[in-house]
Amino acid sequence: MTDIKPRTINYMQAVAEALILEMRRDPDIYIAGEDVGKFGGSFGVTGPVYKEFGATRVLDTPISETAIIGTAVGAAAAGLRPVVEILFVDFLPIAGDELFNQAAKIHYMFGGQVDCPIVVRTAMGAGIGAAAHHSQSLEALVCHIPGLITIAPATPYDAKGLLIAAIRDNNPVVFLEHKLLYAAKGEVPEGDYVIPIGKADVKREGADVTLICYSAMVRQCLASAEALAAEGISAEVLDLRTLVPLDKEAILASVRKTGRAVIVHEACQTGGFGGEIAAVIADQAFGSLKAPVKRVAGPDTPVPFSPALEAEFIVNAEKITAAVKALFAE
Amino acid sequence: MGSVGEQVGSAGLIELYRCMVRIRSFEEHAHKTFLKGGMPGFLHLYSGEEAIAAGVMDVLAPDDYIVTSHRGHGHLLARGGDPKRMFAELYGRVDGYCRGKGGSMHIADMGHGMLGANGIVGAAVNIGTGAAFACKYRGDRRVSVAFFGDGSTNRGTFHEALNLAAIWELPAIYILENNHYGVANPQSDHTKLKDLADRAAAYGFPGVVVDGNDVLAVRAAAAEAVERARQGGGPTLIEAKTWRHWGHFIGDSAKYRDPVEHQSWLDRDPIPAFGKVLVAKGVATEAELQAIGEEVEAEMDAAIEYGRQSPFPDVSELTMDVYVGDPQGTSAGGRS
Repeated sequence: MTDIKPRTINYMQAVAEALILEMRRDPDIYIAGEDVGKFGGSFGVTGPVYKEFGATRVLDTPISETAIIGTAVGAAAAGLRPVVEILFVDFLPIAGDELFNQAAKIHYMFGGQVDCPIVVRTAMGAGIGAAAHHSQSLEALVCHIPGLITIAPATPYDAKGLLIAAIRDNNPVVFLEHKLLYAAKGEVPEGDYVIPIGKADVKREGADVTLICYSAMVRQCLASAEALAAEGISAEVLDLRTLVPLDKEAILASVRKTGRAVIVHEACQTGGFGGEIAAVIADQAFGSLKAPVKRVAGPDTPVPFSPALEAEFIVNAEKITAAVKALFAE
Repeated sequence: MGSVGEQVGSAGLIELYRCMVRIRSFEEHAHKTFLKGGMPGFLHLYSGEEAIAAGVMDVLAPDDYIVTSHRGHGHLLARGGDPKRMFAELYGRVDGYCRGKGGSMHIADMGHGMLGANGIVGAAVNIGTGAAFACKYRGDRRVSVAFFGDGSTNRGTFHEALNLAAIWELPAIYILENNHYGVANPQSDHTKLKDLADRAAAYGFPGVVVDGNDVLAVRAAAAEAVERARQGGGPTLIEAKTWRHWGHFIGDSAKYRDPVEHQSWLDRDPIPAFGKVLVAKGVATEAELQAIGEEVEAEMDAAIEYGRQSPFPDVSELTMDVYVGDPQGTSAGGRS
């Protein structure tokens, strides 16, 4: 028997590996974005992809978000499978028409004649001192538009399997990569594998409260669960992984078991996706609740620059722990 | 009618005429019915601009792509679209091209490489550019043609798309149908340029001005641009100057236009003008042209009746085709 050692790579490498494996499999996949080619990507994600496939399949664009997504819609309608990069999610609204009005709607408004298999990879989140225009979490905007799929993986393993699934899916997908996770390490199989879109994952089992989260907040929830365990509270950490379509069954099963739900996201609270999750629980698991559903979310402010203020903006394990403990004190 | 007319041949010339007459008849059937309250939504008529669709489509190959705007009926008809299914779509019926989900502003016909009309001014420019990228990426010598109006050229999407097409040297042809008004905003108020084709200079590819009411002039300019694109010579912007016979949409009386200028354009209606050429050159007689008009009227009478008779979609179709497939966890559906 061969001794197969578990292999550890980081989140960025996992994303690149998914791109490379899929591009080897399907010649209709191309990558386009700002500095994704020669420069290797501003975060360095696409460098290895460019090295293997070159400028014919990894295309540098001008600073033209509208054209990056708009041409992806046309290319997808004509049969290609674009995987485009919008450097920061903050720039996604620049291409609001192309994403929200075109990519999301052409399958429906053309009566099912036209598919739009696009993946838009983009970096989200605060924590690098980039302030209001390079730090947002805008997933709620995307989740509100029917026709789009929204994925926000938290681990290298999930990032690779979900990106492969996203590329193979025939719908437009917004794939949110948290910039603080790029260096996160984890075990990742070498070959290709698919994690189904729309399936949440219990990252830690618990009995007293469910922490519902995604993206970078999964790490914070796991740290909080560890701290809570020391105080005798058993917290389950449910990583949604996909926001639309939402794995309601997994949410309901966990909350029915624990009787308490704390929803955690980095995005601003008002109009955030946490409100939708809370409504699902109130609607379908009200009878199981032993306490009110709580949200731990970013304040309703732009992301500030000052390190002191940015640290206060970002939800962390301490804030989650405090919210859970308050729930038990009530 | 010079050398181009001779290249087209008599039969081809008559087909160009018939194409324009079919578009006019389709639009005026829709117009009359709409004014009687028989059609939902709102309609943007192409009447007066027919020479552009007819001339451009005549030089395309069957597997080329086109994308168009909210004023897109003429393009699909010229491309070979079925007026019965178009009228059904205008009525919101299940036999429409989009099963009634798109309506007048969102008709697509993948069978004719028609990637959709579009309700967002300027969107076709970007989508057409993307289809042109697909042509180049596959190396299949197809081209992609985007149709849009003068108003579109003030949108950022126009500039980003043309610049990208230039640097990627895409087989894209941009047909700028300049009817001189962006809704009610005249060209003189929305740009300092006299010729919008000049904008191509900003991206480093040819911009051509053509009389959009002269079907053979449009055809010649399009033929040259298409050939250049097929040979790898990159994009062309063609500004076809024309005039809407009606307002921006049915119900817009277009009182903002100068009546004298309006009449001067009506006097240059592309259909009778081309008819006169055909008669003068002995290609057709007045009687033959009249017979074409009558045939087309009968065709469109039957087509609009087909649309009117088509059933509405079942209400269960509301949630169908939001996604490809049927993702659980949304209130939407695919097609199961």
